[in-house]
Amino acid sequence: MIRLDNIVATYTTQRGHVNAVDGVTLEIPDSIVMGIAGESGCGKSTLMKVIYGDIGFPLSLSSGMVDYGFVNERGEPVTTENIRREWFRHISYIPQSSMSSLNPVVRIRDQFVDFPATAGRKKEVLAQVRAFVPKLGLPPEAIDAYPHQLSGGMRQRIMVAMATFFQPEVILADEPTTALDVVVQKSILLLLLDLQKEMGNTIMLVSHDMGVHYQITQKMLIMYAAKVVEYADTDDLFQRPLHPYTLMLINSLPTIGDDRARHGLPGSPPSLWEMPQGCRFAPRCPLATALCRKEEPPLLEHERGRFSACHYAASVPELKQTLQAGPRLSEIAHDTAQLTADVERDV
Amino acid sequence: MKTILKAQGLNKTYHLGSFPRTIKVRALNDINLTIESDKPVIISLVGESGSGKTTLAKVILRLVQPSSGAVTVAGHTVAGKGTRPSRTEFLRTVQPIFQNPFEAFSQYRTVDAYLLETATRVARLRKDEAVQAVEEALAAVGMQYKDVRGKYPNQFSGGELQRASVARALIPRPQLIVADEPVSMIDASRRMIIINLFLALKQEFQTSFLYITHDLATAYYISDYIAVMNKGRIVEFGDAKQVLSRPQHEYTQLLLDSIPRLDYRWVDRRNAAPGKY
Ligand SMILES: Nc1ncnc2c1ncn2[C@@H]1O[C@H](COP(=O)(O)OP(=O)(O)OP(=O)(O)O)[C@@H](O)[C@H]1O
Ligand SMILES: Nc1ncnc2c1ncn2[C@@H]1O[C@H](COP(=O)(O)OP(=O)(O)OP(=O)(O)O)[C@@H](O)[C@H]1O
Ligand SMILES: [Mg+2]
Ligand SMILES: [Mg+2]
Repeated sequence: MIRLDNIVATYTTQRGHVNAVDGVTLEIPDSIVMGIAGESGCGKSTLMKVIYGDIGFPLSLSSGMVDYGFVNERGEPVTTENIRREWFRHISYIPQSSMSSLNPVVRIRDQFVDFPATAGRKKEVLAQVRAFVPKLGLPPEAIDAYPHQLSGGMRQRIMVAMATFFQPEVILADEPTTALDVVVQKSILLLLLDLQKEMGNTIMLVSHDMGVHYQITQKMLIMYAAKVVEYADTDDLFQRPLHPYTLMLINSLPTIGDDRARHGLPGSPPSLWEMPQGCRFAPRCPLATALCRKEEPPLLEHERGRFSACHYAASVPELKQTLQAGPRLSEIAHDTAQLTADVERDV
Repeated sequence: MKTILKAQGLNKTYHLGSFPRTIKVRALNDINLTIESDKPVIISLVGESGSGKTTLAKVILRLVQPSSGAVTVAGHTVAGKGTRPSRTEFLRTVQPIFQNPFEAFSQYRTVDAYLLETATRVARLRKDEAVQAVEEALAAVGMQYKDVRGKYPNQFSGGELQRASVARALIPRPQLIVADEPVSMIDASRRMIIINLFLALKQEFQTSFLYITHDLATAYYISDYIAVMNKGRIVEFGDAKQVLSRPQHEYTQLLLDSIPRLDYRWVDRRNAAPGKY
């Protein structure tokens, strides 16, 4: 079990400090695939960095710590303090936009064997790597290339290969398949699942694609404005979300063959510099009342294993009925005034 | 009829690896495509990773010289006989949104400085007009000027930077925006706002789009036409709704079958009992 205890992660900027993760307490069972979703800028990547233990200027931990639930070679419990020594072998990280995190002037194969874990046996590892990359749909020659010679998707597959090659206990993947076509995405996700079944490792996956989450995760964590707003088993969360933000996230994407207009979620999350009093989602929430604008709802276990930070969690299922998508797109697409008005409202 | 996009016998070959193990990559293999219309259109370009979508976009944007063939974009001949050189004039009519926003912005300059430069240099606005144009463009993608000011690219999240690059492309009010995966890092709820913004720009400012994406559902939602690429070739082209509802090519069918859906699972997760370390 990985335990996060009141994590507050802070960026130092010229303008002062901002908390990009603001009080996250969480228990993640071993050997599951956990998905993380939420609006852009809500702190998902920052949380991943904290769990990876990649904390250094301008990012710092103002509070809390991660306990990984296993011991290192010396028998000491592994925590934020000493996690760095476990990098690559026991915990690996596929950063967001990983396609640009490859060193542009070094051949892929040299970046592969440049881990502390491969010291002294580079040749042998390289042969293994060459045999491994076709599993990810890459030609073996790809590792002889420089990063700019590969397409965005190929680079991303290289990063997935690097993160899975050593079969670590914990794999953190920040949007590992966003640059890939859906055919390759499916094969990589299924490969990750296979690996996970074989190895029993824990995978934490950030994705904006709710379909991806539905397909491969067992638990879901939904974040909003630096906080966790919902945490539950994936099936429950999709069937009956207990936070209005989760509901809107699931409902906002179009599907092929469905011609109804989709509006997304109007408005913006609060600026991290000026958090409103009360619930951070209240300004955009159809259920918000005076109570919400005054008191911040804590993350509570409303039903067994179902955590939500909403004063009106019990009313969310009803909201679902009223939120059915609007008119057909074709009916409004010809009406310029209508569309323009929608956009202006979001402005 | 206006020529929005026309490619004739377009080829691009890259050489990969070093001697003696070089392999040739035919990134574009005899691309022929004509889109003429009096009204603005949204064309989606979808398909395999590495199939040449970005290469095609870069040829259209004059960033890559094709090995052979001719290309016309929004009235500019950009490759082949009669290529006209003026770069600023070109950028006033054709604007890019690049696939990877972390590469699109220089690490050493603030994002707002870059946006202002687009407003003064490309859109030729006065200083005060420029600030207003930047404010409006940022507001259109749901960002506030005050939150952006003075920040460097690495101080933004992926989705924020992607929105900033969408905003930048809007500033000169171009005729064509070549958008290479403009919403890939943007969450589901915010993504639709940007997609609807593209639709509104098409209606209001007569902007056409070449929308490169792996998200077939948004492609279905906004596009008039769609081109499906596989291994350097366009394997299917036509009316977007038709192609995506009744795909003819087997690769298009495979793509549609691989979408992670919310109504059935590839593998049953319930029995995926947690193992042990
Ligand atoms: N180096 C930094 N300095 C200052 N602020 C930062 C820095 N990196 C990120 N931030 C801010 O911290 C917040 C959280 O960023 P983070 O990258 O964790 O978001 P995210 O949820 O991963 O978003 P996305 O889905 O867009 O990737 C954002 O408001 C962002 O602007
Ligand atoms: N500068 C380069 N040198 C050598 N090969 C290149 C170069 N740029 C691209 N390629 C190759 O050309 C092919 C097409 O790449 P491109 O980036 O156009 O694909 P794409 O369709 O945009 O893929 P993705 O969906 O992954 O972004 C790939 O095989 C890639 O490796
Ligand atoms: Mg992120
Ligand atoms: Mg590309």
